[in-house]
Amino acid sequence: MDSASNFANILLGGLSAGTVLFIVSVGLSVTMGLMGFVNLAHGAFAMFGGYLIVETMNRAHFGFASALLFGFVGTAALSVVLEQFLYRRLYRAGELDQVLFTIGLIFIFIAGITIVVGPESQPLQLPAALRGQLNLGFTQYRTYSIFLIVVGFLIVLGIWLAFERTRIGAQIRATVDNRRMAESLGINVDRLFTITFAFGSGMAGIGGGLGAEFLGLDPQYALKYLVYFLIAVSVGGLGSVVGVYCASLLLGVLDFVLKLYLPKGGTIFIYALTILLLLWRPQGLFGKKET
Amino acid sequence: MSAAAPPATPAAVTAPLDHPAARALTGRHRFRWWEALPWLLAIGFYFTFPQYLGFGAELLTTILFALSLDLALGYAGIITLGHAAFFGTGAYAVGMLAYYNLWTEPITSVLLAALAAAVIGFASGLVLLRTKGLTLLMLTICIMALLQEGANMARAYTGGFDGLPGLSIAPVFGRFEFNPLYANTQYLYALGVLLVCFLFVRTLVYSPFGQSLTGIRENLLRMHAVGSPVRLRLVICYTISAAIAGIAGGLWAQTNAYVNLSAFDLDRAATVLIILILGGYGRLYGAFIGAVAYLALEHFLARVYPTAWQLGLGLLLVLIALFARNGILGLGDTLWRRLAPRRVAS
Repeated sequence: MDSASNFANILLGGLSAGTVLFIVSVGLSVTMGLMGFVNLAHGAFAMFGGYLIVETMNRAHFGFASALLFGFVGTAALSVVLEQFLYRRLYRAGELDQVLFTIGLIFIFIAGITIVVGPESQPLQLPAALRGQLNLGFTQYRTYSIFLIVVGFLIVLGIWLAFERTRIGAQIRATVDNRRMAESLGINVDRLFTITFAFGSGMAGIGGGLGAEFLGLDPQYALKYLVYFLIAVSVGGLGSVVGVYCASLLLGVLDFVLKLYLPKGGTIFIYALTILLLLWRPQGLFGKKET
Repeated sequence: MSAAAPPATPAAVTAPLDHPAARALTGRHRFRWWEALPWLLAIGFYFTFPQYLGFGAELLTTILFALSLDLALGYAGIITLGHAAFFGTGAYAVGMLAYYNLWTEPITSVLLAALAAAVIGFASGLVLLRTKGLTLLMLTICIMALLQEGANMARAYTGGFDGLPGLSIAPVFGRFEFNPLYANTQYLYALGVLLVCFLFVRTLVYSPFGQSLTGIRENLLRMHAVGSPVRLRLVICYTISAAIAGIAGGLWAQTNAYVNLSAFDLDRAATVLIILILGGYGRLYGAFIGAVAYLALEHFLARVYPTAWQLGLGLLLVLIALFARNGILGLGDTLWRRLAPRRVAS
């Protein structure tokens, strides 16, 4: 393999990992930007969705697309229930209570899935169309990774259009910028939050399913990748979709390259870079400066 | 300790001192009779459960670690999920000094551990205390992960993933040996270190410095307005808290006679946070109650039913966050106020 296609392969591998990271984290970014709620259990929603998708495919023999849809709806429904009955009580509480509450939720999810499904890792069976290699002209690469990159790009495009062109998107942007002002203009922030929370959790569920093929899916998922989701969100900037997309892709490529060339302890650079970046811009790359 | 010292009041203000509120304010730093209870219980434990002294030493170490977090999180309101960074630094300081036979005297090595952790705490506190919220949380986690990866990479010195086993620690005061089978010395030694650190923390939180920390936690803007050097106070508090966490880590390395990468785990940082909240943060004895409750449950339940333990712990955390924000001690307070005969308020 020549060096150009080698380079392209590394880039594609990193981009596909980054895309999954984005699909999981985007909801977290928007909900945190809206409410300032530190939701560490977001990874648990991704895990829950991943299990829904993988189990419906393996046991109920759903197709890939319908399983993804089912995962989205199921996770979104669960998150709405939790939001209405539990999260809602803690909006005005301190960060500490929110952190504690969401850590508790993570434990409940981990234990619940261990009891219901079992502690083993669950395999994802890709449909035949997405297996194998795809010839891109300049290089050959796994079809599934290319599929992920394309899907991720379409998703970011869709969300960006929804943010910029729809009424609800404008309301979300206004609330992220200045919540009090938005409330006094008559925007129903609570309802807005429920909708975005459900959508974001549903996306996380899809991300959990899409990433199960190379991230694996076991009950520790919610804790194992939590730091990565948080890095993507805080580096990208709260409430910024494009920011999370860039940060996720960057993180994905960096992680891929470091795992390849520095398999022992390469992640130290990711942490160091994150620290430097957050010291330089505490609000993240695309975040709005707090006033 | 200034237990017997008379309350310092200006001579001009005399009359209001009889007021119950004034008496409560001027006398709150004094020792109450019940403050001897934990220590009497600890000594009683030594004589009644000689077979559990190893567990007892672990318990005392955890109390100390939770106490250090209480200073930063409970008193100064610094929300951190990375306190294991300092625990690990202290543990590795003691561990590496002992493993390479550079310094094995226990008390001075623990002081060196405190120094090492204080340096890290000061350097990181200086930069990360400028941020708040999610960014602060992320930075504390990242610094901990950075140290863990660093310890993992510096395999030649730290033993990498396997850690440093079989540390030989010199006898305490040159006389009392650490025996891995009978943890008498470990237990009493840990108890002594905890007592000294606790007295220090107790003095600190009742000092004007400690009061200003509470002020920063309760109303940051007002403390800026009255001209308090907020950043400096927070950095000093974070450094002291890191030093005590370092002592706890050093103690952990000495009583276990090994160190490994688990000293830097996110799990450890989350657990100590849970312990502190469970007991009640921002109060001196929360760390004690929380550590006893958590470790006793974990010790006897988690080994038998690990999944049920995790489920129960999760439910407990959710319930605490929703209904009992001040932990077990806070619940006790509420009950006490309901049950105790109403005292005259005026």
